[in-house]
Amino acid sequence: MKGVCATEKRGTKEIGSEELVGWDAVTQGVVINSFEGNATNVASLKQEERNYSDFSSYTATVASWRVVKPVYNRDICIDCQNCWVWCPDTSIISRDKQMLGIDYDHCKGCSVCVEVCPTNPKSLLMFAEHEEIEKALESWPTKEK
Amino acid sequence: MAITPIKNLKEFSTANDRFEGAHLLCPGCAHSMIVRELMNCSDDNLVIATNTGCLEVSTAVYPYTAWDTSWIHIGFENAATAAAGAEAMYKARKRKGTLKDPDAPVKFVAFGGDGSTYDIGFQWLSGAVERGHDFTYICLDNEVYANTGGQRSSSTPIGSSTTTSPAGRVSYGEKKMKKDMVSIMAANGAPYVAQLAPNKWKIMAKGFQKALATEGPCFINTVSSCTTEWKFDPKDTVHITDLATDSLVFPLYEIIDGYELNILYRPKNILPVKDYLGAQGRFKHLFKPENKHVLDEWQKRVDASWERLQRREEARI
Ligand code: SF4
Ligand code: SF4
Repeated sequence: MKGVCATEKRGTKEIGSEELVGWDAVTQGVVINSFEGNATNVASLKQEERNYSDFSSYTATVASWRVVKPVYNRDICIDCQNCWVWCPDTSIISRDKQMLGIDYDHCKGCSVCVEVCPTNPKSLLMFAEHEEIEKALESWPTKEK
Repeated sequence: MAITPIKNLKEFSTANDRFEGAHLLCPGCAHSMIVRELMNCSDDNLVIATNTGCLEVSTAVYPYTAWDTSWIHIGFENAATAAAGAEAMYKARKRKGTLKDPDAPVKFVAFGGDGSTYDIGFQWLSGAVERGHDFTYICLDNEVYANTGGQRSSSTPIGSSTTTSPAGRVSYGEKKMKKDMVSIMAANGAPYVAQLAPNKWKIMAKGFQKALATEGPCFINTVSSCTTEWKFDPKDTVHITDLATDSLVFPLYEIIDGYELNILYRPKNILPVKDYLGAQGRFKHLFKPENKHVLDEWQKRVDASWERLQRREEARI
């Protein structure tokens, strides 16, 4: 690994233990692979069938961004997929036309899914991050007139 | 090509997402709604270039990438050039027979915000369209340089308060009209241009599929409601976009080969422009009595542009 730094002595000074090089020797970019090995036909594979590398943000989490979280109530859901199409964080897990739940590693708690859910009462509601799912489901509101 | 029309949302939801979560866009950001939809409406291999901007800085923060396709970022202005270069190389290698899998369907896409599209990358985009590369350029139009702190761009509409056109005692904010990029691109020779919005997901998916299937350079301006710079609650992104399309501030339409204009969405109840403006912090000063003339001006301009669109649709010229 070579380092460069923009001083008047550019090209001659060492940064730490790294040797300084001229502009023409600097690596001009970086390639990161989202997958291990073969990455063809990704569009035909579900997330759980893919071989993500550690560089894919799928392996990262933004759960700490949340102060509130959406809770999903399967009993009321009509599988309309509104939440799926508008979730900005790919955090609604839908498989075979069925809504399965929320990916809490990637959900940022924006509430968009709750807003677009058409059922009455809603099948998705926001609760405090620390609220237990069972308790949230027990306190679910009833149908609004 | 592997493009199949999408019948309904349930069917659409069987698409396997290729835009991963844990990118760093703001909660409720419309950019990712639009990008997800583009990637979900095609099974083809996608080669995507992205200008500098919110989308780029938030989806490729080393060591992570949110992209499950080939994706390239070079500079602020040149996603169009990067996509064009990749496309030219692909064609040349196809001709020379040096592609590993010459039959695999590949589509070239470029994304840019309005800053990099309307201003900084305008020349690069215009050149790539003029040269006729087979790619689709999608502008994520949030009408401001959101990534660098909310400076005005040539897409910022009149009356908007930005950090470089702040509203205050002596000013009502941005003084100039928004640039009509869709018409400019149609006049630039793009065979397919459109303005689309993520609240109307089906119209948007259809437009994206049309652009991907059209040979040659296509340009799409998408309404990308920005919770941070437009100043609304993240939960309201879809609602604000509804107000944008139903007040006709953002009419949805396409232009084919520069003359065939089709209006893609006619709201049943056309909302007053002030409903859209009033829902966003960036316009709140316009509701002071001394700025009433700006509100009137807004409505007048939106009415006139809707009238013009309808006439152009009829005239086919
Ligand atoms: S709260 Fe936001 S990020 Fe979380 S699942 Fe709902 S729409 Fe997606
Ligand atoms: S929006 Fe509501 S009803 Fe529709 S799939 Fe999601 S949770 Fe179910």
